[in-house]
Amino acid sequence: MILQRLLARLLTMLITLFGVAVVVFVVIRVAPGDPIAMMLPPGASDDDILRLRTLYGLDKTLVEQFFIWLGGVARGDFGTSISLRQDVLSLVLNRLPATLELAIFALLMALAIGVPLAVLGARERGTAVEAGIDVANGAALSIPDFLWGLVLILLFGVLVPVFEISGRVSPRLELPFATQFYLFESIFRLRFDLMKDLLSHMFMPALALALPLAAIVSQLLKQSLKEILDLDYAVLARVKGFSETQVILRDALKNAALPTLTLVGVQFTFLIGGTVIVERLFSYEGLGNMAIDAVINRDLPLIQGIVLVFALLFVLVNLAVDITYALLNPRLRHG
Amino acid sequence: MDDVRLRSRAPNARLWLAGGWLSLLLAAAILAPLIAPQDPLAQDLMFERLPPFWMQGSEPGFWLGTDSLGRDLLSRLIFGARIAFIVAFAAATAACLAGSTLGLVAGYFGGWADRIISRIVDVWMAFPPVLFAILLVAVLGTGLHSVIIAIAVIDWTRFCRVVRAEAMVQSRMDYVENARIAGFGRMGIMLREVLPNVLPSIVALLSLEMGIAVIVEAILSFVNLSISTDAPTWGGIIAEGRLSIHQAWWVLVFPLVTLFLTVLSFSQFGEGLKDRYDPVLR
Repeated sequence: MILQRLLARLLTMLITLFGVAVVVFVVIRVAPGDPIAMMLPPGASDDDILRLRTLYGLDKTLVEQFFIWLGGVARGDFGTSISLRQDVLSLVLNRLPATLELAIFALLMALAIGVPLAVLGARERGTAVEAGIDVANGAALSIPDFLWGLVLILLFGVLVPVFEISGRVSPRLELPFATQFYLFESIFRLRFDLMKDLLSHMFMPALALALPLAAIVSQLLKQSLKEILDLDYAVLARVKGFSETQVILRDALKNAALPTLTLVGVQFTFLIGGTVIVERLFSYEGLGNMAIDAVINRDLPLIQGIVLVFALLFVLVNLAVDITYALLNPRLRHG
Repeated sequence: MDDVRLRSRAPNARLWLAGGWLSLLLAAAILAPLIAPQDPLAQDLMFERLPPFWMQGSEPGFWLGTDSLGRDLLSRLIFGARIAFIVAFAAATAACLAGSTLGLVAGYFGGWADRIISRIVDVWMAFPPVLFAILLVAVLGTGLHSVIIAIAVIDWTRFCRVVRAEAMVQSRMDYVENARIAGFGRMGIMLREVLPNVLPSIVALLSLEMGIAVIVEAILSFVNLSISTDAPTWGGIIAEGRLSIHQAWWVLVFPLVTLFLTVLSFSQFGEGLKDRYDPVLR
């Protein structure tokens, strides 16, 4: 039964990706302004324009162009970037690790802030501590990552300059890395000097992305914990002599995690979407920053590639959440 | 009892605070040409990077100081409020109308309509919204109308998802069944019975969406894609402030505080309205 669900899920995933491909393609093709005209110096002859149009397949009908492009994508050929004159796939793969590291670090930060606050709030339920946590959650939730980023720049970049406010790594450093996963590699190679520099750059953008998610985690988990702590087995554990904190950590947390997990999955896709502007804000050299440049330069193949990769990330995160949910939920596991 | 009283008192306070700030800002936006102390576009290199009025080196008439081109910050913020409000009202209303209609149809009628609409929502949700917005504005060409269209095209799904879920719950309620037995048509039931019960959520979302629209406009003008570069937009001022952050912190701080309060107010205003008019809570 789980296998059937998985197959159905994979099918909807493909349909969604196909839909995204269609939408991007249509949106880009209705764009006024000829990308070919921008590639050539002014005064290029009509013959040259025609030759380039044929080269990029722009002389065919829209439907033909779409399926030629889609066929290429299926083989891993995303075309050539117009502004950077390089293979789109390798450009994207080169930048993707930076964005992934940022998103994952932000997710861990959100959990590291949100879970302890939820536990504290549930233990101190009904007191001023819980009310304070609620207010903090409310503020963190209604302020988006873009504004948090700016606030952090002011606080820790200017007022008390402890973190770097732009870039991914200090340009003066020699990087011995074989992959683009700088942070992971610096940990594996035990290069803690580099790790410190990378984290110093990553801290503020990651925190800006993490704050809204931390608020959601803390709010939802606290709610589930409070409900569970009123149930019989929690009362029983208390009677047996376990302290409130022990009851929460030993019994309640495990059961409260499931509803939180589903929502964290959806919210994590929002966080990934937020990297686009946060990377821009901190001049962090990731996929999102490159995407904005691609749009400004009207680099159609590059935009298509990046949007598709983002969409793929989104559906994969949703799939991962669904699978984890199915594995963890006893009702589905035995059904 | 105590719990209920707390509930009805707290929302009022935030409703008044949020509403107060938004009214003040709206008044400033409408009266901008009358109350702005300076021309928001006038550059004066003699007066570049003047600090706010309480600091040494400030000039009378430039209350919040000037940016690196000597333009008056307060006047730019006041004129920026005009653009923010136009985008907030127009984009949020458009997104609300489109999304709520589709959500109501999907949730109440179900079946094929629901399947098609939900599939489209899934596709839309797989786009990073900021990137989608930037792409749309680049395609439509910069300008106020492009910004409004882009926000509406992206954010209708917020309304659609919530309204669909609520309409689905409502359509299984007894009163809908009663209306059907009483002989009302499906269209009539949807508009006269289901819609009013979904309305509090729509109103709250509408207010929230206005705050989001203000942010998206700020983001678009931050990456220089909103309206002309000169125009006094909050995002444009922030972009300028980000560049001169070490020389003139006020160019970043004041628009940031304005944006902060505005976004917070829109969301609190929406929540407050929802609590106040929610038939269940009331």
